[in-house]
Amino acid sequence: MKLTLRVWRQKNADADGAMSTYEVDGISADMSFLEMLDTLNEELILKGEDPVAFDHDCREGICGACSLVINGDAHGPERTTTCQLHMRSFEDGDTIDIEPWRASAFPVVKDLVVDRSAFDRIIQAGGYITAPTGAAPEAHATPVPKPDADFAFEHAECIGCGACVAACPNGAAMLFTSAKINHLNVLPQGAPERETRVLDMVGQMDEEGFGGCTLTGECATACPKGIPLVSITSMNKEWLRATRTSGKR
Amino acid sequence: MTYTDYATGEPVVDTKAPKGPVNERWDTRRFEAKLVNPANRRKHTVIVVGTGLAGGSAGATLAEQGYHVVQFCYQDSPRRAHSIAAQGGINAAKNYRNDGDSVHRLFYDTVKGGDFRARESNVHRLAQISVEIIDQCVAQGVPFAREYGGLLDTRSFGGVQVSRTFYARGQTGQQLLLGAYQALSRQIAAGNIEMHPRTEMLDLIVVDGRARGIVARDLITGRIDTYFADAVVLASGGYGNVFYLSTNAMNSNATAIWRAHRRGAYFANPCFTQIHPTCIPRTGDHQSKLTLMSESLRNDGRIWVPKAKGDNRPANEIPEDERDYYLERIYPAFGNLVPRDIASRAAKNVCDEGRGVGPGGQGVYLDFADAIRRMGRAKVEEKYGNLFDMYERITAENPYEVPMRIYPAVHYTMGGLWVDYDLQTTIPGLFAIGEANFSDHGANRLGASALMQGLADGYFVLPSTINDYLARNPHHNEVTVDHPGVQEVLAETEDRLNLLLSVDGDRTPDSFHRELGELMWEFCGMARTETGLRKALERIPQIREEFWRRIKVPGTGEEFNQSLEKANRVVDYLELAELMCLDALQRSESCGGHFREESQTPDGEAARKDEEFSYAAAWEFTATGDAPVLHKEDLVFEYVHPTQRSYA
Amino acid sequence: MTRTMWDSSVGKKTVMAVSGLIMLAYLVVHMLGNLKIFFGSDEFNDYAHWLRTLGEPFLHYEWALWIIRVVLVAAVVAHATSAYQLSRRDIRARPTKYVHKKPRASYATRTMRWGGIILGLFIVWHILDLTTGTVHPDGFQTGHPYQNVIDTFSTWYGNVIYIVAMLALGLHVRHGFWSAAQTLGVGSRARDRALKVTANVLALVLTVGFVSVPVAVMTGVVS
Repeated sequence: MKLTLRVWRQKNADADGAMSTYEVDGISADMSFLEMLDTLNEELILKGEDPVAFDHDCREGICGACSLVINGDAHGPERTTTCQLHMRSFEDGDTIDIEPWRASAFPVVKDLVVDRSAFDRIIQAGGYITAPTGAAPEAHATPVPKPDADFAFEHAECIGCGACVAACPNGAAMLFTSAKINHLNVLPQGAPERETRVLDMVGQMDEEGFGGCTLTGECATACPKGIPLVSITSMNKEWLRATRTSGKR
Repeated sequence: MTYTDYATGEPVVDTKAPKGPVNERWDTRRFEAKLVNPANRRKHTVIVVGTGLAGGSAGATLAEQGYHVVQFCYQDSPRRAHSIAAQGGINAAKNYRNDGDSVHRLFYDTVKGGDFRARESNVHRLAQISVEIIDQCVAQGVPFAREYGGLLDTRSFGGVQVSRTFYARGQTGQQLLLGAYQALSRQIAAGNIEMHPRTEMLDLIVVDGRARGIVARDLITGRIDTYFADAVVLASGGYGNVFYLSTNAMNSNATAIWRAHRRGAYFANPCFTQIHPTCIPRTGDHQSKLTLMSESLRNDGRIWVPKAKGDNRPANEIPEDERDYYLERIYPAFGNLVPRDIASRAAKNVCDEGRGVGPGGQGVYLDFADAIRRMGRAKVEEKYGNLFDMYERITAENPYEVPMRIYPAVHYTMGGLWVDYDLQTTIPGLFAIGEANFSDHGANRLGASALMQGLADGYFVLPSTINDYLARNPHHNEVTVDHPGVQEVLAETEDRLNLLLSVDGDRTPDSFHRELGELMWEFCGMARTETGLRKALERIPQIREEFWRRIKVPGTGEEFNQSLEKANRVVDYLELAELMCLDALQRSESCGGHFREESQTPDGEAARKDEEFSYAAAWEFTATGDAPVLHKEDLVFEYVHPTQRSYA
Repeated sequence: MTRTMWDSSVGKKTVMAVSGLIMLAYLVVHMLGNLKIFFGSDEFNDYAHWLRTLGEPFLHYEWALWIIRVVLVAAVVAHATSAYQLSRRDIRARPTKYVHKKPRASYATRTMRWGGIILGLFIVWHILDLTTGTVHPDGFQTGHPYQNVIDTFSTWYGNVIYIVAMLALGLHVRHGFWSAAQTLGVGSRARDRALKVTANVLALVLTVGFVSVPVAVMTGVVS
């Protein structure tokens, strides 16, 4: 198939960007979206032009590197990561708009590549269980009820791609932050740091300049791993609980 | 002198492995190793390259011990290292199932699974540590699958008959990696780790015969910088991307280990690559990578092809008695669970016979119809739901209704930098852990053992053994960028990148990478012959020469330039590929993942030649295109006596 | 704890939720009181008078009313301030819009901000009209709320302002109530349906209840 691409081009963080138009031909429906972009880039290189920069790595939907807004949707029309989106989701002759994640906490590095280190700093603020190597008790010493283990797993599936932020009209990182808090706070191993974790992570999230939640639900719709909107509710509950109890200590 | 006229040098000996009963060696070594006074650790800087399971866990643990860690990854975040894509699980000799498992059995299975080309001491240590890894990960909050009673669930995995694989649905690698990443994050926040994401190691700095730092490029600004330390740890993963199409991440690369090799680290068993039997077949020339479907699928799926050649009927229309469940037929004891190399080769054989299915006949069926009948669709969905979804997204076929199609693909490289029992390479102060080293899997890695080895190396082995090196080499002399040796490395790196940018030819980095990959897949893939390997060895230097004449890299070095990154990685693949073929050529036996067609049993199985090849081949670099020097490390088997592997 | 509350985006949302729920509770009572207009001028005026004597003899005349007014003003100020600050944060967090535009989220969600501003302006007009009488159409009579209401709804603009504001209120409550539940952490997958139904019922009942008064005046049912 033949497609018209309108791609955000921006030389570096300080430069102004604009949409540029490209035509690609001979695209197969079995190609992944990124393979379609590879095709474009091969042509651009041979023409001596700068290929389109985009983040990608595992190309199997788990590393969370790929991050394109396609026709206004984070990761495009299917509920999956950009790398798992295939061209069969498009029609011959389509015009496709490709833009980077937009949020002030995710500044553009080049073209479609953004800086998501704010997510790392949210995790650094408390998204862990303090368990130095060697200090662990026998794994079966603490059984975890299956519903809790499943709840933890469901939230641990987050790949940190940032689609939630990109989709949110407020550029909020609530879904990302809540996923990690819910994963760790429900486990008995995470209990000792339950309060500090949620307070510190939410604090860092605010400091990074992410917006607040107006519960539009866009984040959960965009999330390729299906982290539910109610995850944010659970985090709010944890936060309120922590605010109440930490005052008493 | 041609490349194939290599010399055989002095044997290489692992001087660190203690003697004595195998189950006491790790304790002995830990006791014999010198310690660094906790108060002095802060004064030591350790560089760790890579943040996967091995690098992430090592960085976190070294920082917890008090060392100053400077860590690098090319990804935008340490959380994205390719360990994240491991699906199936992690082995541990916990014997929670009471099914006869033990440390000794895991040790035995791993040595046997590796086709007797791994060191007994290392493998036994790995089996011992496996139980601690599970404890450690659970304490970190890794959400392993659990039973209704709240205890951990396990399953059996390719090549073994006990249920010792712990898992987190089909995302075990992700969950373990995030555990290590979170431990790492805690240390970054505490100021014990200086983290450099989007920074790629381009060379190793060796001063006075010791590894003292690295040259690395900031991928955003293009700035090339030097970083110094008292020891350097490479945890940069394997080199499967030499084949262009593999299950590795697109940017996984061999530059760190290859540059270390060029600086003096021996490269061991480069030809030992693992071809994974259950990948999604390729669809066309545009294919940029291959996607693995967890091997756990073989627990319940049945592999078959039509009995007749060129049977083009849809799978569901082929009656039961016209299907050949070839693994169950040839290997009745293990059936669909035979080790990876056997399953892969069997698939290749049936496809070569013309009985392959799907486009191009490069595929076999993996059928869940029986499993769905037996367990119900809900149970199958619970166990494999995410894998089925992934398959459907990629192929647009519903595996609940039509059998999956699978085909082998390059997945893991057992070879890597030669290391001793302390995981130290032949360059003092340079350590290699995880897939980057060659140590534990021999000629074939068992399923769910990569995660085990990465974490064993990173959490437990390296943090114990590196003390010994640092204690014996306090390095009070500072190395600075002005040192002539450092300037030389820096200049070489800059020259290489500038040359890539200045050729301005007419071929893209990917076109060369693809060409090399196809060559390697054909001649150094699932089955190798002397003629084929010689052909490849003739062709690779030609491609390399053409590369330097015709490569085109747009842009400059002082900016975010993904083409430059790619081209520079291809430079190293073009050299490493040659060594892989040479290693495959010299090892004229078949063992594990290395199958030489000249060396097979009458019924087509791999035939080892223990008298001749019971060694690890450690290669010493001389110059690009010149014959390297082979150093053999003899393998001694005191506990698991080599037998012809049999899974029939 | 107060500091943590006010400094955090989640805390400010909590302030919005609590103040919103206070106002919502008030509105339900207010709406029910309004419906007394259908029982004639005496009953309506008596009810208005009773509001002033509420709590007597423990409280002095009009004290209860003033307490309620103070609480409401505090709620409005807290609600509006946090809404303003949160909105500014949200806009700053997403300064660049996507070139490819898509209609997003439900109508209620998108109109929360505009709806809030409309309601704020309405409250000012409403107090000046029927509490202080400053902008009342003609001859505001203290102590005769029945007549005052009829006067207001005898003007076209009185009806328009009121009805538009009540529709805005309905939309605001519809998203706001459910949203407050999420902010306060009482939402869950099991409860989500119930919360959404409650929000819709509340929004509908309030809008219909409030709008019934001007409609009744316009159609002559109440005169």
